[in-house]
Amino acid sequence: MREILTGNEAIARGAWEAGVRLASAYPGTPSTEILENLALYEDVYSEWAPNEKVAFEVGLGAAFAGARTLVAMKHVGVNVAADPLMTAAYTGVEGGLVLISADEPGQHSSQNEQDNRHYARFAKIPLLEPSDSQEAKDLVRSALELSEEYDTPVMLRTTTRLSHSKSVVELGERPPECDNPLTSIPRNTPKYTMLPGYSRIRHPLVEERVARLRSRADELGFNRLELRSRGLGIVASGVLYQHVREAFPEASVLKLGLTYPVGARLAQELREYVDRLYVVEELDPFIEEQLRLLGIEIDGGEHVLPRVGEFDAGLIARRLSADGAPGADALLATAPPTPVEGLPQRPPALCPGCSHRGIFTVLSKLRVFVSGDIGCYTLGALPPFEAMHSCIAMGAGIGMAHGMAKVVQPGQKLREKVVAVIGDSTFFHSGLTPLLNVAWNRSDAVIILLDNRTTAMTGGQQHPGTGSTLMGHETPNVDLPGLVRALGIERVTEVDAYDLAEVESTLRKELETAGPGVIITKGPCVLEYKVSAAPMTVDLEACDACKRCLKAGCIALTYEEEGQSAYVRIDEAQCNGCGVCAQLCNFGAIVETARTEA
Amino acid sequence: MTEKMQETATKTTNLLVAGVGGQGVITATHLLSQVALAEGYDVKQNDVVGMSQRGGSVVSHLRFGQEVASPLVSAGAADLLLSFEMLEALRYMHWLRPGGLLIYNLLRINPSTVAAGFAEYPGDVRERIEASWERTLPVDGNALAQQAGNPKTANVVLLGAVSVHLTFSEEAWLSVIEENVPPKTVEANHRAFALGRQAGKA
Ligand SMILES: Cc1ncc(C[n+]2csc(CCOP(=O)(O)OP(=O)(O)O)c2C)c(N)n1
Repeated sequence: MREILTGNEAIARGAWEAGVRLASAYPGTPSTEILENLALYEDVYSEWAPNEKVAFEVGLGAAFAGARTLVAMKHVGVNVAADPLMTAAYTGVEGGLVLISADEPGQHSSQNEQDNRHYARFAKIPLLEPSDSQEAKDLVRSALELSEEYDTPVMLRTTTRLSHSKSVVELGERPPECDNPLTSIPRNTPKYTMLPGYSRIRHPLVEERVARLRSRADELGFNRLELRSRGLGIVASGVLYQHVREAFPEASVLKLGLTYPVGARLAQELREYVDRLYVVEELDPFIEEQLRLLGIEIDGGEHVLPRVGEFDAGLIARRLSADGAPGADALLATAPPTPVEGLPQRPPALCPGCSHRGIFTVLSKLRVFVSGDIGCYTLGALPPFEAMHSCIAMGAGIGMAHGMAKVVQPGQKLREKVVAVIGDSTFFHSGLTPLLNVAWNRSDAVIILLDNRTTAMTGGQQHPGTGSTLMGHETPNVDLPGLVRALGIERVTEVDAYDLAEVESTLRKELETAGPGVIITKGPCVLEYKVSAAPMTVDLEACDACKRCLKAGCIALTYEEEGQSAYVRIDEAQCNGCGVCAQLCNFGAIVETARTEA
Repeated sequence: MTEKMQETATKTTNLLVAGVGGQGVITATHLLSQVALAEGYDVKQNDVVGMSQRGGSVVSHLRFGQEVASPLVSAGAADLLLSFEMLEALRYMHWLRPGGLLIYNLLRINPSTVAAGFAEYPGDVRERIEASWERTLPVDGNALAQQAGNPKTANVVLLGAVSVHLTFSEEAWLSVIEENVPPKTVEANHRAFALGRQAGKA
């Protein structure tokens, strides 16, 4: 059967077909849909872990116990999981373990653009890169087989354009023997207990494994040499292979599926066959450096192509032709027409009815320093709120606020006080330890936990505070205030996220009190929980056009001018009836729809 | 009779679909993919799905043909741009190849920046579109959807207009629509598609 699948759907399918027993992940664009799709297969145990490190460790445990295992995360997630990863490369596994790293050249939805292929080299584990959905599905099985044969975790790297592109895939089945029960955990202390004495014995094996893989790299069936024109040869992997085929249809191409370690044989053959040899890769010159170390002469790579952002066929055609590469597709090689300039941007915005809106309206008014974190609420940094002043990595905001509060004496100046803002999913991910630190080492930072009962930013995944799991089972729901108290925070206040007066007075009180305090704002995500109230409307008689309501930063509100008169209009189709704008209005001009109709 | 986009059987056709988060751009493009697959083509689609919030600019790439390599339509290479909103038509117009066709919905959705009074929505947006591109086809998707009896069928109206310019059979379209919309709305969607086809012939 043939179906159109995204790369992520294909990875999930591949894991199912290849007999994966356990999959663990933490959501993150562009990896999230892998586990969401795997969870649809009941014969694979799939779960969201609170963070990527836990996900990797869960996977590693299952692999030690002999199960085929998949672990998935976005590129920055591997930073979180890096500690166990680096040493798992020493121990190896019993059942195959594939780590999916979903990278984001172009940073459509990420805080940085790091090239995770370096992790494969860093950890000295094999790296596979699929170039369409079919290969994504097939390479999951290959990765698991390679993992078992070479006794190592294997990294499978996708990029946004692979994870989110749909292409046609031939489906297979799951052999029933994959589900024979496992009944014991293999014991092998010197292999699995990394005391220095044992670890020292494993390290040379890791080096030897990389050398063995490199010498066999072109024999494993992942790399393919396509000989066409002698004028131009290109080495590429992943979705870039597809762009290259469009940009230079006649070029000879070495398509690499195994990008760490890169082999010498096919590259050497291509080098001898063509006049000019290019390496086309996004971000860092990862393949290029390996080829140069193998002594292959490259005519163009790093210095011809950008080192930031993502490529398409047009960019490759233009850059390489400008450097003298022959045979580019004529249409693609022409300079692209320039975009129309001066158009208003259309950035994402907090949804109408979003429970984060009221908090940022108040933070914006008080003008305190907001040490932020990552989630939908990071949009609080944008106008009209401009109420987030730093944001680095998930869970970083609390520790940073503590550091700031330790070195700055704000006196009575509200503006110089520090508030950390963190979402519930992010708090469970990596906010507990920094909050423990605040409680332990005592600072005056105020911490706001935005409890919207979901991981909204990535599309609404379950977390330890939602009372349910990825596979839809009910589970105990963490008592958030109790948890915070247990960490040693004495002052914990819960507030209604939509009540501006309550949010403001609680926050002011906390800012005036010495020592740590946590405010938990409560309001479920309107998208995830489909919350809506009757839309509000503007009483035009009462509206003074003062624009104060626009401080709510809501796309349902529009400021309109008609000749002499000006007013704010509410789009009823968009308004969610949350009432934040109504609380901002000094004239009582924003009212419930029902009241004007009556 | 309008010139079809698929000039030869072997050439890959490049479509770009643009709009605003929440409008259903990705779902509409997926319907297009399904029809292309049903008609025996190789198909690749790419959407940027990131943040789940509403209101951001969304764009979806669709390529079909005998054998498709890249999932992305390069700027300046689209045969057809379908925009669900006027400002987005202007924003992505440069994606069209010379002579490409721009089909756009006569709908204005204010970006958050405009709603809040930080930026202005170009008042003459339709005139600007018409002045800067030769082959254009404005469609009042929302009015026609009302006429079809269900305001939520605007996307299918627009697909109807697009369908006139592709060689897919009408049966393939109708059955893909039937398989993908809620059962109760099939008739309204079929009416919307027919109205879109009429508009597409204009
Ligand atoms: C290490 C890491 N993992 C995953 C992500 C992707 N990501 C960004 S924010 C976020 C969670 C947001 O949830 P929450 O904190 O509850 O805030 P909300 O979006 O619900 O407001 C995720 C999964 C990331 N940026 N970094």
